[in-house]
Amino acid sequence: MGFFKKIIDGLKKTQQNIGFKLKQLFKVGVFDDDFFDELETLLLSSDVGASATLEIVDLLRDRLEEEKITDPDQAMNELKDILVEMLDTDPFEIKSPAIIMVVGVNGVGKTTTIGKLASQFKNQGKSVVIAAADTFRAAASEQLEVWAERAGVRIIKHQEGSDPAAVVFDALSSAKSRKTDVILIDTAGRLHNKVNLMEELKKINRVISREYPEAQRKNLIVLDATTGQNALQQVELFNDAVSIDSIALTKLDGTAKGGVVIAIREKFGIPVDFIGVGEGIDDLMPFDAESFVEGIL
Amino acid sequence: MAVFSGLSERINHVFSKLKSRGSLTELEIKQAMREVRVALLEADVNIAVAKDFIKKVTEKAVGEEILKGLNPAQQVIKIVNEELTELMGSTQSKLVVSSKLPTIIMMCGLQGAGKTTMCGKLAIHLKKQGKKPLLVACDIYRPAAIKQLKIVSEKAGAGFFEQGQQNPAKTAKQAVEFANKNGFDTVIVDTAGRLHINEELMDELKQVKASVDVDEILLTVDAMTGQDAVTVAEAFDKALDVTGIIMTKLDGDTRGGATLSIKAVTGKPIKFCGTGEKLEDIEVFHPDRMASRILGMGDVLSLIDKAQEAITQEDAAKLAKKLKDQSFDLNDYLAQFENLQKMGGIKDLVGMLPGMGKLKISEKDIDEKELLRFKAIIQSMTPKERSEPKILNYTRKKRIAAGSGTSVQDVNKLVKNFEQTKEMMKRFGKGKKGMKLPF
Repeated sequence: MGFFKKIIDGLKKTQQNIGFKLKQLFKVGVFDDDFFDELETLLLSSDVGASATLEIVDLLRDRLEEEKITDPDQAMNELKDILVEMLDTDPFEIKSPAIIMVVGVNGVGKTTTIGKLASQFKNQGKSVVIAAADTFRAAASEQLEVWAERAGVRIIKHQEGSDPAAVVFDALSSAKSRKTDVILIDTAGRLHNKVNLMEELKKINRVISREYPEAQRKNLIVLDATTGQNALQQVELFNDAVSIDSIALTKLDGTAKGGVVIAIREKFGIPVDFIGVGEGIDDLMPFDAESFVEGIL
Repeated sequence: MAVFSGLSERINHVFSKLKSRGSLTELEIKQAMREVRVALLEADVNIAVAKDFIKKVTEKAVGEEILKGLNPAQQVIKIVNEELTELMGSTQSKLVVSSKLPTIIMMCGLQGAGKTTMCGKLAIHLKKQGKKPLLVACDIYRPAAIKQLKIVSEKAGAGFFEQGQQNPAKTAKQAVEFANKNGFDTVIVDTAGRLHINEELMDELKQVKASVDVDEILLTVDAMTGQDAVTVAEAFDKALDVTGIIMTKLDGDTRGGATLSIKAVTGKPIKFCGTGEKLEDIEVFHPDRMASRILGMGDVLSLIDKAQEAITQEDAAKLAKKLKDQSFDLNDYLAQFENLQKMGGIKDLVGMLPGMGKLKISEKDIDEKELLRFKAIIQSMTPKERSEPKILNYTRKKRIAAGSGTSVQDVNKLVKNFEQTKEMMKRFGKGKKGMKLPF
């Protein structure tokens, strides 16, 4: 279990709440309307959202009926299966050279996630360069520099307020000449409804496609697990701007359940690939649907 | 604007199927409340809070007489909105000013809520009131957090105090001494973001609180927070007995249901909200506006404010005078267009109006280009033509059309619109002062 201990620990806090209540609920063994109402409430309180919750509840209702399940444990397993099926994904793999652009709204933990990613790739024997394209927030590049140092990777930065696309351009040139395996791009946090900032992101995206078309591309959105249904809007608008491939769900070491990723998967089909469970450099884990669901339930 | 449709639409839909007269029946309320529940949950209002709220509203609404001029849907929305506003706190709260200077404000919250930026915003807000704030860096964990606060304080024109990675309680204490010596009347202590379940770090906050005579403990919360908002707020309140809440990132499209949950659970006032990336973007909290935002009903009050900002008092007075002596001309009409553009264009304004979802105004109905065309036409006129539109004959119109790249029909359309507007405004002018939109 060792590897997932931290996840389980992190999710345990949520478990005390919803997990306990769910077990109590299933234990009764009567799967009537009251049961499904209560289940609905529990899912909603994990931020799963109204429409995904309805789908899950309907699916479970159908399966219990079809397979004539009356045993509480079996019913619970059906629920787990449904959630795992909804969330399951192939492992996140990259082939060099790869460019990972990290986007997200303010304060979700983009810079920290990049620091952790850099360290992971480095440990896998890959060469890494970080592009500090958050030129907006005060001291953002200093924060990133500390992470680059901790991870032992290179960082390309310009002055505060300079053109982010230019930083990316420089990072790409440098990576090409040094044959760097992974290029991580930090971008400024922006609220997704700010049109000009989204345009800036598109510009960075264009620069990458133009300057390094042969590199593998991954656009990663970082979501804060404490975020509620607004995460759907975040994914939708960032996806419209730059096409999102992957999700990193951060701050799962709190009490938030991050259930909104279920709603996101249902609506956009974008998988969660990483979860952040702490502030240490190794506190970024590959997402595992079963552990995640195990943690929630 | 939003992915989900607003509550007004949902409820209208429910009542379109029902024919209600006189008073609201229980069945109708029940159906409407189901929609209210979904709207609240989609806005991230905590489920327990939502349940309580609905129970309360249902009790109040059953048997309530439908007011004249309202349909049942509007009646329900009215009740929901009133209750929500009341729950949100009916008055705005000001910051406490200590009788013994300096006033000490301590910030707290989860990581990434926006504490450091909010420190700068508060500093600017206080400076506008003639205060002299000092920002104190007590986030000794996040890389470059101290540097960030330093830059923020420079931008805000506030004092700055740091003692490196030293124990935060000690730093806070020294900061107060520093403030006393250097004439700062308000001390704002920035603390590290922390999880409410991290006991060690929560203890650290308690130590900071104990080390100095804190007047305000402000919990900073991201407006996009989901169901967990209640857990977080409860934990911070229990540990520190916070005095107020600050909601950040309200400039997004989030409904901000967390605001309601936190208010309901802690009972603490929401004092400010952050509404943008610039340090000036801080607003006093308005409960009524938040209510309509959560319900997705448009923000009429903000719209009025926005209009008032763009049209200055002076302009308004001038306009009123012109209307009175009948001298409203095309120059004034042009100024009206410019005001409208200042407010962010028609599309923006329409988005803020309630009930617009129902109207389904498409892009082509709101013709921003027409506005530009009208402007071009007026700008192609001579000063005399502008002040005396009556003299516009066919030859003049032809010249104006050629000059503005439009047609004579367009010029005619403008003149007709102008006459209508003038007529409308004359009627308006006789009534209340204030809003004067040309359409």
